[in-house]
Amino acid sequence: MSTTASAAPTQKADVAELQRIASQVRRDIVRQVHGVQSGHPGGSLGCADYLTALYFSVMHHSPSPWDMDGKGQDLFFLSNGHISPVFYSVLARSGYFPAKELATFRKIDSRLQGHPTTHEGLPGVRMSSGSLGQGLSVAIGAALAKKMNGDDRLVYTLHGDGELQEGQIWEAAMFAAGKKVDNLISAIDYNGRQIDGDVDDVLPLGDLKAKWLAFGWDVLETNGNDMAALLKTLGEAKSRTGKGKPVMILMRTEMGQGVDFMMNSHEWHGIAPNDEQLKKALEQLPDTLGDY
Amino acid sequence: MSSYPVLDQKDTRSGFGAGLHELGKKNPNVVALCADLTGSLKMDAFKKDFPERFVQVGIAEANMMGIAAGMTIGGKIPFTGTFANFSTGRVYDQIRQSIAYSDKNVKICASHAGLTLGEDGATHQILEDIGLMRMLPGMTVVVPCDYNQTKQATIAIAEHHGPVYLRFGRPKWPVFIPADMPFELGKAQRLVEGTDVSIFACGHLVWRALQAAEELAKQGVKAEVINVHTIKPLDSEAILASVKKTGCVVTCEEHNRYGGLGDAVAQVLTTHLPTPQEFVAVNDSFGESGTPDQLLKKYGLDTPDVVAAVQRVMKRK
Repeated sequence: MSTTASAAPTQKADVAELQRIASQVRRDIVRQVHGVQSGHPGGSLGCADYLTALYFSVMHHSPSPWDMDGKGQDLFFLSNGHISPVFYSVLARSGYFPAKELATFRKIDSRLQGHPTTHEGLPGVRMSSGSLGQGLSVAIGAALAKKMNGDDRLVYTLHGDGELQEGQIWEAAMFAAGKKVDNLISAIDYNGRQIDGDVDDVLPLGDLKAKWLAFGWDVLETNGNDMAALLKTLGEAKSRTGKGKPVMILMRTEMGQGVDFMMNSHEWHGIAPNDEQLKKALEQLPDTLGDY
Repeated sequence: MSSYPVLDQKDTRSGFGAGLHELGKKNPNVVALCADLTGSLKMDAFKKDFPERFVQVGIAEANMMGIAAGMTIGGKIPFTGTFANFSTGRVYDQIRQSIAYSDKNVKICASHAGLTLGEDGATHQILEDIGLMRMLPGMTVVVPCDYNQTKQATIAIAEHHGPVYLRFGRPKWPVFIPADMPFELGKAQRLVEGTDVSIFACGHLVWRALQAAEELAKQGVKAEVINVHTIKPLDSEAILASVKKTGCVVTCEEHNRYGGLGDAVAQVLTTHLPTPQEFVAVNDSFGESGTPDQLLKKYGLDTPDVVAAVQRVMKRK
């Protein structure tokens, strides 16, 4: 496989290839979490398609040479840092570090901390995240720096829907629209679930689309587990940058997508599969690139 | 003190504003962010001359800290400006995760610190900020003592790679540090040499310490006054060298007695050279409205309080 993202080939071939990669990413997710009996498989599985699309088709980026500033590169910021297994998998599979390092996830002396951090120098990670609500602000800062530097590449983010309960998100939302940060494409992992249960039971988000529109964002909606739809939406999002508004993608996903017994519940937000459950999960996820 | 005549009366925040403006001229990577307190932080000159590098964030300090962290990705050196209370306690987790743990090159510049904020009262008079910032791994904490030194410190922190907390204040205050006195981050300054007691002070209270030393000299007490403008990393060498000579210590700070300069000095002494120490600091309380002078007097941070602390500690030698 190609180690760096490049201009998307024909859509049809691209979708099939990306689906194959996403299957491996899902294997990596459940194997990482199983390996340490700790971590967050549910949201990671739900966002596997989105991150695969970004890193293997949509974003202009190069894992080598890696540097923090990322000038001339598209940047991605994971704000809901607890879904680190999916982030680590796509980084490894796109060449930022050896895939075998995924076996160190959450273990002592690892660069793959429970939540992503710059502290251990893991290539591909540009901010620490885990305490929710902070990533949009950081991404805005990076987007402003790109504008100041005359760098026309884009900044992408991902946030959980439950994360939108944090106030800082809305400070950032107001700023990005008010100051016309239009080199920014954000996405919400809109799975309707959080640790304590359904988002609607914990604290309803109301009409999310209306909220982001009211804040002055350009808003797109898509199915975050349909690769073809995702590519189309991300392409549309890119075409809407540079027009005075930040772009938001409300991305409907299923927590645990790809592993039947992890879907339709919030129960797998933050628990690890046992040996038998791992076996059942892997049976549903073809090994396409080779396990680490 | 005859060796430190009062050169002028100026606010330390204006020293920050002047330093920031100078940085704007000499370093194109320096950017400034403000949360609706541009005038109070004296950032107007930077804003006027470098509008493309000035970001007005509005009243949203958490967002400001995150944006500042993000701007370092791309090589910018962001200086954030707001009151000390909103620069620290209000945004502690943002600083902790997005700046300190992420090792981002952000300069957190905080005005209106301490009691000398005055009439606005306790909601704004943060007395815990030095402690909060000291506790963050990798954070440099700088508390300059007058206008000239605040200007010097502002310029110096741009040269240092890593997160910095720069604390200064609102009131007009004696300017006594000559503009050409060398300033080095992490190096304490011995302002007065003495043999009987070491007075370690920071910020506005350096001037009070100098006044106290003058008063003590009249009583035949030779006080050594050391300006600890960098509280982290602490200049342990300078502290120990002085204390070996004097055998007793008074620390002076416009901060709660917990967590600030006094604690930092005590930690060095208990580890290397256990020594009697007295603390001129706020006694674990909030402040209140009043003039700076009234408040310093009421909360035990005035010149006579420093003198009394010296007299107490010398008896404990």
